[in-house]
Amino acid sequence: MTTATARRRPHGRVRWWTYLLLSAATVACLFPLYWMFVVATSDTATATRMPPAVVPGDNFFHLVGLVLDTVPFVRALLNSLFVATAIGAGQAVLCALAGFAFAKLSFPGRNTLFLVVVLTMTVPTQLSIIPQYMIMSTLGWVDTLQALVVPGLASAFGIFWMRQHITATISDELVQAATIDGANSWQVFWRIAFPIVRPAAFVLGLFGFVTAWNDFLWPFIVLKTPERYTAQIAIKALQNSYDVDLGLAMSGSFLATAPLVVLFVLVGRRMVAGILDGAFKG
Amino acid sequence: MAITLVPAPRAAPPPLVPKAVRGWRERLSPYAYIAPFFVLFAVFGLFPLAFTFYVALFDWNPIGDRVFIGADNFTRMFADPRFWNAARNTVSIWFLSTVPQLLLALVLAHVLNHARLRFALFFRMSVLIPYVTSVAATAIVFAQLFDRDYGMLNWVLGLVGVAPVDFVQSAVGSHVLIATMVVWRWFGYTTLLYLASLQAVPLAVYEAAAIDGAGPWQRFRHITVPSLRPVIIFTVVTSTIGGLQIFTEPLLIATGAPLTCGAVRQCQTLTLFLYEQGFGEFEFGYGSAVGVALFVVVVVIAAINYLLSTRIRADR
Repeated sequence: MTTATARRRPHGRVRWWTYLLLSAATVACLFPLYWMFVVATSDTATATRMPPAVVPGDNFFHLVGLVLDTVPFVRALLNSLFVATAIGAGQAVLCALAGFAFAKLSFPGRNTLFLVVVLTMTVPTQLSIIPQYMIMSTLGWVDTLQALVVPGLASAFGIFWMRQHITATISDELVQAATIDGANSWQVFWRIAFPIVRPAAFVLGLFGFVTAWNDFLWPFIVLKTPERYTAQIAIKALQNSYDVDLGLAMSGSFLATAPLVVLFVLVGRRMVAGILDGAFKG
Repeated sequence: MAITLVPAPRAAPPPLVPKAVRGWRERLSPYAYIAPFFVLFAVFGLFPLAFTFYVALFDWNPIGDRVFIGADNFTRMFADPRFWNAARNTVSIWFLSTVPQLLLALVLAHVLNHARLRFALFFRMSVLIPYVTSVAATAIVFAQLFDRDYGMLNWVLGLVGVAPVDFVQSAVGSHVLIATMVVWRWFGYTTLLYLASLQAVPLAVYEAAAIDGAGPWQRFRHITVPSLRPVIIFTVVTSTIGGLQIFTEPLLIATGAPLTCGAVRQCQTLTLFLYEQGFGEFEFGYGSAVGVALFVVVVVIAAINYLLSTRIRADR
């Protein structure tokens, strides 16, 4: 496998400047995060010192205390966790189910409906935030977390992607055999199809989780009370406070970013593989 | 896996169970499986979009007053210097963020495609780290790094004798700052998209070129870039559509006047202008008109993309 993949790519000597370039890119990617940590652990005097401090200070817990006094940040992190998990898991299951229907079940209108799914990928819905807000207002969902979760569950791209995976990995014969044994389509999906495509659904869910965790515009419009804030909106609230403490906004940013960096260290390999599969071109 | 000698039909596969055997539940179940998407998209995607066109025809106040005014919002918008200012800023930021991102991603994808590269996974993961960092956190960190008085960048510039630059307060400076954040967050993702495409190029093509005496630069110029043309167009289009929606970065860098991104609207983007009109001034009608304008631009770009990609396929 490794040799087969390797043989398809350019070989020969790797030039020293290749590593120099890649190291520079790595430093450029990691330094802002490191700097966030440095300021999040320093007092204001250190954070604004020239030349800049480059090692973390010991003020972290003091600043975290200040963050917690200013906004209910633990609550915000839990809200983010809830919203992102619900969206990630919801997308993984709903898209797998719809993808299964489009890949393995025959029903009148199937091709037309799938075309509609594909076309919706090109519709930029973020530009209609005013009517979206009006709908939430009518539903009475303004300032609630379901205003974030429910619209986030619909993913045309996810359906498209899961359909590709199901078509590629599950043979018609397998589905047929299960059907002959008396399984209905729901049982075929849960007992056979979903277990097979679970890795693909997991990667789709990861991208949904990351996107939902980092979303700003929509939560910023919908959420009003601090107890309902997601982590991103809590950061914005910290920045608003007139007690100008550079470390404060930075500590909040750090608290909101650290969970995702940990998650990425654990599963980043699979996210990279997901993109290299050609999966996230949309 | 099963092997068949007869090629599978291109159309829908035959029903796996004869229709007579399947109950009405089984016949309707596929619709139930796809219904959640269609219901959610209709309610939270399509309907709001259509409703934007409707609201844009009114003088619509969220408290309840609404007066039909036809195309007045649009004539007002085209005569509004604030709209054109936001449009200019958006184009400027889009250009400053797309061009460097694309060039950087091209070069990095080319070198990451090397078979004997050590630590390949480490480098691939490193460039994707910014993608998992939120826009909000990115904006706060970069605003600090680019700060006039305490920013590290100005400290470095000072070492080489450059006077401190007030990035946020100047138009060009704030555009560069916002573009830098966009590039930082997205270049790794773009790199991996290009890399995915490059891995489909057969090694034989590179080998033949090397045998013919093509150096690294020529291989990059004549093999890597042309084979990536479709995905390059794809990323230009997605970055354009993304660029039209830039909102969080300008909102968070100009702390004094967030909704205008500065005293003289030096970095107010179109989406920020839409937000200011809709949720700052409570002019739902006028804000929706801006939304309609943005929608039209996105559709035009998508159409151009479609034409370009069919051309590319025809060229082959």
